[in-house]
Amino acid sequence: MEGQLRRTLNLAKPDDIYNALVDAHKGLSDEECRAFDARLMLLLVNHIGDEAVILEALREAAL
Amino acid sequence: MSSYEYRHYPYVRPAELDGPGPRRPVVIVGAGIAGPTLALLLSTRGVPALVLDDDDTVSLGSRSICQAKHSLETWDRFGIAARMVEKGITWEQGEVYLRDSAIYRFNLQAEPGHKFPAFVNLQQYYVEEYLYERCRAEPLIEMRHRNKVVGLAPHDDGVTLTVETPDGAYTLETEWLVACDGVRSPVRHMLDLPFPGEIFHDQFLIADIRLAGDMPKERRFWFYPPFHPTNSVLLHRQADDILRVDFQLGRDADPEEEKKPENIDRRLRLMFGPEARWEHEWSSVYTFTCRMMERFVHGRTIFAGDAAHVVSPFGARGGNAAVADADNLAWKLARVVKGESPPGLLDSYCEERQAASRENIRQSTRSTDFITPKFEASRVFRDATLSLARDFPFARALINSGRLSVPTTQAGSPLDTPDADSDWTGGPAPGRAMIDAPLGNNGWLVERIGPDFTLLSFGDVGEGSAGVAVLKVDCSGLPAARYDARPGTTYLIRPDRYVAARWRRYDLDAAQAALARATGR
Ligand SMILES: Cc1cc2nc3c(=O)[nH]c(=O)nc-3n(C[C@H](O)[C@H](O)[C@H](O)COP(=O)(O)OP(=O)(O)OC[C@H]3O[C@@H](n4cnc5c(N)ncnc54)[C@H](O)[C@@H]3O)c2cc1C
Repeated sequence: MEGQLRRTLNLAKPDDIYNALVDAHKGLSDEECRAFDARLMLLLVNHIGDEAVILEALREAAL
Repeated sequence: MSSYEYRHYPYVRPAELDGPGPRRPVVIVGAGIAGPTLALLLSTRGVPALVLDDDDTVSLGSRSICQAKHSLETWDRFGIAARMVEKGITWEQGEVYLRDSAIYRFNLQAEPGHKFPAFVNLQQYYVEEYLYERCRAEPLIEMRHRNKVVGLAPHDDGVTLTVETPDGAYTLETEWLVACDGVRSPVRHMLDLPFPGEIFHDQFLIADIRLAGDMPKERRFWFYPPFHPTNSVLLHRQADDILRVDFQLGRDADPEEEKKPENIDRRLRLMFGPEARWEHEWSSVYTFTCRMMERFVHGRTIFAGDAAHVVSPFGARGGNAAVADADNLAWKLARVVKGESPPGLLDSYCEERQAASRENIRQSTRSTDFITPKFEASRVFRDATLSLARDFPFARALINSGRLSVPTTQAGSPLDTPDADSDWTGGPAPGRAMIDAPLGNNGWLVERIGPDFTLLSFGDVGEGSAGVAVLKVDCSGLPAARYDARPGTTYLIRPDRYVAARWRRYDLDAAQAALARATGR
């Protein structure tokens, strides 16, 4: 079910952001990675705010 | 060990031991919180009740300590709430700590202008003592201590009970039986009814101690405090300089070891320092369950309080739900006993209180999952939330150390008349609890709601009252603001202080229709 979640590119510098995302995890242990990702997700989820979009992303991320 | 002096209420040899007695309209099993509250509420509507309890004193241990505003408003009807406020500790603020620093404060009642505070902390034995005293002074109520229900036979039009006393057993006939006999409910077992739900394995240690000194009047919750670094701790103050400390122990703790006074003292010394001195009042190691019966009404037997549903302690929902059950049931049962409404009205008790119970279980399970995460990712998110909390206000709001009991919304109840006017921008909609407000020299709004339905009218009252009490209030100030009122706005309030219907302009036909609907006619 396709809803409000954006499926096309929404970034001006996609490679930069992708690499920043990956690089932020460099040198972290598995546990630190999990903690980092959880904090990042909470920050972004609150910023997005649109609950329908968040729930849709949760469904899509489950593949 | 306890500084509370347990009174023993007299056992009186029941007349039924010497021959059959009269058939009773209502028998209540259990004098905990739900039973006596229900008996008192029934008496305000002229319905007599016989209360049977298996022992002769009040709650052993302080158990339910957080008495919520809505419960106090109910108890105020019998004039005992003022005593509770006076004896107990009023609190509205809570503070959450992470490790050694405070990260979040909340206020449960941000606005003034209510007769009762959000919470009064008072040990369950005091609550029961005041309830018992009031019951004993009420001619319509008969309390029988050391009367244990040991058998029952349901019939189409009533229940036959077998009751054991120190002088032997007797039988009793009643039209209606209300089982307020607690979480282990012998009545539920005798009827062989299931009690499905979820079991939680985390263990907690409650230590009630007497510690004189200047303790803050607020709820405090710690995640990973230095004095108990692996888990959480909850602190509440109670009457008589008693503190409740609730230590999360984890799943693998050995309850027998943890219960030993020297081990409790070791934990307390870490918390309060080597100088502090205390006396033990009561302690207990517990795990908990969330369960709910599939139906609360089985023929002529009705279940209320812990007998019908239990929740985890986070949020103070157990005892307060027991009071709300009694409040919801009393007026309906009274109407049915008096022939004013058909027995089908009682289905709405089940429906409304099951919805409330589901909400209580949902809320308390979420708190429990936050406090005691059940799997790794759950713990990771919990800790991520805590670590963001200091700098990000949104994360503070996610910290769930117990969402404290507020009246549940009974949205969608068949008794409610949905809003017909579309221009409401506030006020309690049908299915919501009414909101208190000051009435100047006339006291408080909650005090003015009688034992029957009330029409609350702002400004000019319409013609005809549909046979119920009318409470006329000036259309100004806080009452008008809290009810989104304009001149002519009228609310139909149920005896349990829930809104059944509301109109911008009073209309007798509409009021009569709403009243018929709300009373199951
Ligand atoms: C450690 C602890 C802390 C708690 N803290 C809170 C809190 O802060 N806030 C809150 O709201 N709730 C709290 N609760 C829950 C609260 O104590 C219960 O929800 C509440 O007591 C339920 O009231 P009740 O009337 O349904 O049952 P109970 O109070 O359990 O009463 C049942 C009564 O039935 C009687 N009885 C049982 N069998 C028979 C029989 N066969 N014949 C006659 N009588 C019988 C018993 O003697 C008892 O008096 C706490 C509970 C515990 C254990």
